[in-house]
Amino acid sequence: MANFNIKVNGKVRQVEADPATPILWVLRDHLDLPGTKYGCGVAQCGACTVHLNGNAVRSCQLPVSAVANQEITTIEGLSAKGDHPVQKAWLEHDVAQCGYCQAGQIMSAVSLLKNKPKPTDEDINAFMSGNICRCGTYTRIKAAILDAAKS
Amino acid sequence: MENIKKSINRRSFLKASALAGGGLLLNFSWLASAKAAYTIGNNLNAEPTWTEITGYIKITPDNIIKILNPNPEFGQNVMTSLPMMVAEELEADWQKIEVEMGPHDNVKLGPQFTGGSNSVRMYWKPLREAGATARQMLMEAAAQTWKVPIEEVTTKGGILFHQKSGKTGTYGSFASKAAALPIPKEVKLKEPQHFNVVRSARKNVEGLKIVTGKPLFGLDYKQEGMLIAMIVHPPAFGMKLKSFDAAETLKMPGIKAIFSQKLYEDGFEQGGFDTRTFNDMLVVVGKTTWEVMQARKKLNVQWEPAGDTKDTFGGRGQKREVTVPGELESTDAMFKKMQEYAAKPAQQLRKDGDPETAFKNAAQIIERTYNAPFLAHNCMEPMNFFAHVTEEKALVAGPLQAPGWSEPTLAKLLNLPGDKIEIQMTRMGGGFGRRAYGHYLYEAALISKKVNAPVKLVYTREDDMTYGIYRPMYTATYRAALDANKNLIGFHVKGGGIPEHAIHANRFPAGAVDNYLAEGWQIPSNITIGAFRAPRSNFNAAAEQSFLDELAEAMGKDPIDFRLALLKRAKENPVGKDNDYNADRYAGILTLVKEKSGWGKPENKKYNRGVAAYFCHNSYAAHVVDMVMKDGQPYVERVFSAVDCGIVVNPDAAKNMVEGAVVDGIGNAFYGGLTHKNGKPEQSNFHQYRMIRMNETPKKIEVHFVQNDIDPTGLGEPPFPPVFGAVANALFKSTGKRFYNQPFAPDLNKKEGKQI
Repeated sequence: MANFNIKVNGKVRQVEADPATPILWVLRDHLDLPGTKYGCGVAQCGACTVHLNGNAVRSCQLPVSAVANQEITTIEGLSAKGDHPVQKAWLEHDVAQCGYCQAGQIMSAVSLLKNKPKPTDEDINAFMSGNICRCGTYTRIKAAILDAAKS
Repeated sequence: MENIKKSINRRSFLKASALAGGGLLLNFSWLASAKAAYTIGNNLNAEPTWTEITGYIKITPDNIIKILNPNPEFGQNVMTSLPMMVAEELEADWQKIEVEMGPHDNVKLGPQFTGGSNSVRMYWKPLREAGATARQMLMEAAAQTWKVPIEEVTTKGGILFHQKSGKTGTYGSFASKAAALPIPKEVKLKEPQHFNVVRSARKNVEGLKIVTGKPLFGLDYKQEGMLIAMIVHPPAFGMKLKSFDAAETLKMPGIKAIFSQKLYEDGFEQGGFDTRTFNDMLVVVGKTTWEVMQARKKLNVQWEPAGDTKDTFGGRGQKREVTVPGELESTDAMFKKMQEYAAKPAQQLRKDGDPETAFKNAAQIIERTYNAPFLAHNCMEPMNFFAHVTEEKALVAGPLQAPGWSEPTLAKLLNLPGDKIEIQMTRMGGGFGRRAYGHYLYEAALISKKVNAPVKLVYTREDDMTYGIYRPMYTATYRAALDANKNLIGFHVKGGGIPEHAIHANRFPAGAVDNYLAEGWQIPSNITIGAFRAPRSNFNAAAEQSFLDELAEAMGKDPIDFRLALLKRAKENPVGKDNDYNADRYAGILTLVKEKSGWGKPENKKYNRGVAAYFCHNSYAAHVVDMVMKDGQPYVERVFSAVDCGIVVNPDAAKNMVEGAVVDGIGNAFYGGLTHKNGKPEQSNFHQYRMIRMNETPKKIEVHFVQNDIDPTGLGEPPFPPVFGAVANALFKSTGKRFYNQPFAPDLNKKEGKQI
């Protein structure tokens, strides 16, 4: 066990945890930020996607000991009122079915658009194929990303 | 407690009462059967004859209208569509309505069962009646206050109007008065042409919470002092716990307790949905999820073969024992065993005409066998449940499709009366049938009782995928007898599976062929199975619809025209009895998909097209799948879907459901499969169990609904099964080969000699 100061959604938080603890579980169990989801624990499904210095990472593979002095953003910190253009596009397209994977999908999509503001179909396929949606909402996810890219 | 006894000549009873602080609360109770006197009182829970359905509406004096959604939400959007049905008849302003998930209360809120594509169907009438009754009472209250005839009172958007006098008032301002009025005996429901909430697209009421990551799901549920528990289950079906040594593990940080416990004691009478795979729970309890995950890896555990075991089932006054074989099964051996069973005589399920003679006299017999593997549900949110059990009561909360089925078992396991058990249903991160089986709820409750603390039981993805309760392993052999003119004179299906067969003997093409035989057989197994999106249909539609495609080809007919001709026969001169489909509606979706897909049109020649249609869960669905080759692999680029599920309550959400079913179907058809070696599942996470992803998803899925005014039927399941058949038929057009074994990707692999 060790103490860590980590920066989440703009705030420095102190956490006492095993250094190997993935940020996923630090967020969920220690910091009461359950928006980041557990899906597989092996970086295969993308449900746990957060931003590390603005880039999408799988938080189930990122130990707490490796993120000192870096900015972590979770779905809870993406916007104050759920009005990030990507969130708005998600609502406009009524993307979600069960909704469990959507936080991870949104965090991936935001990161994609940061790197490619006008993504092609293939860009979206390449970047978003790390996120599984068991309900199969992929066509709406793609449409929402393309819409968000216009704003 | 007020008791009123009367003979029942009406189906419904409403209870109106004032809310604390003023306002109206309407309970709607609906009787399943009118066979006995009933009791009206303050404690409706005490009356066991209230079995079917209720809904309730709350209106406050400042006109806040709250509708409780009765059915658990697992992505089928009932949190939105069911309240829409209430709001339609209530004439409330949808934008201002608050929706809340109801508590588990089968007396007030009806069956509360999510499954079988039944939610909208079973609540369609009662919830509209609930809305209409509340509106009628509010109108009566306004009419009395304004001293005008009720016929002159109108409503719109939660406001009451009297046009002549110019008087208006909110529902809220009349709610208390309305609550004191007698309940109207009958209310008139709107004709479909007057719907203005139902049939217009309404956004998911939890959309904002979903996109902002609010704690909606079972895994997000938290309470002060809550511990995390995990269960280490045997590595293989047919194994059980022999011994364990937890001395070192107990010293690990955060670990509170390690113990083994039985889920059901010997002879415990299970209900029909109390399926469990492993009865010995080896439980690790600790402070945080990560600590428990680490600790369980360090446990020193010995497992041993369980041998044959016995399950006892109760219910309906009939106790029966079932022997579960102890064999450590492997997929190859199971497949061989299925072939052996397929050659043996089987149980006759339906026979029309003289199929033996038809086959004897046939000029040509076509026979094909189709196979499909176990499938894991793989809900994105792994199984989990919260429980806090004390001597006096139990609170359990989590993702659950059928709370009413779980409560009696939980009561027996905890030795608590039903009214001391509170079940809260969280939003589910997928269900697909998996969460109709309450074992994980019982496990959580027993663990909480043992450690005397609030506990959340968490399955890891590996626990979830290797626990069982899969879609069964199926096979079916189809045979068709053709005469010298290539007319279909006989049809024979013989299906089997581990541990059940999939045959629906009264479904199409039964009723369309003079000589028809359906047979089934099954092999018992310790690999547990359960409902998986469109149970049995999800295999039948693949096999039967592929076979019909091959038949059409052999007969030189267009696959849609061939099916339409059979349906015409089934309509005009049906063979046999009990055909469970409507031939007109079945033909309707084929006609619609033919038109919308531009079937046979030259501009679509570049696509390898496959078609399939199926009836299940009271609805009809057809797809045309357009396949192309992309990077040397077959890729479904476009899909046209036609669905007849009667009135479509929430059209855009309904489209979403069909789109999802198409994607799910393509994914499972190509990649889905769980295999075993010596009882051990060979896939435990998504690096081994392939799921469809964005890059394999069609560019376009065009969904069309048949427009009619038939009461709504199912939608979550019906569009799923025919996708498998349409994909198989498109694959034939793409590769020139028929695909008989699911999943299809490995066979493509063999053909092309490379990894997929």
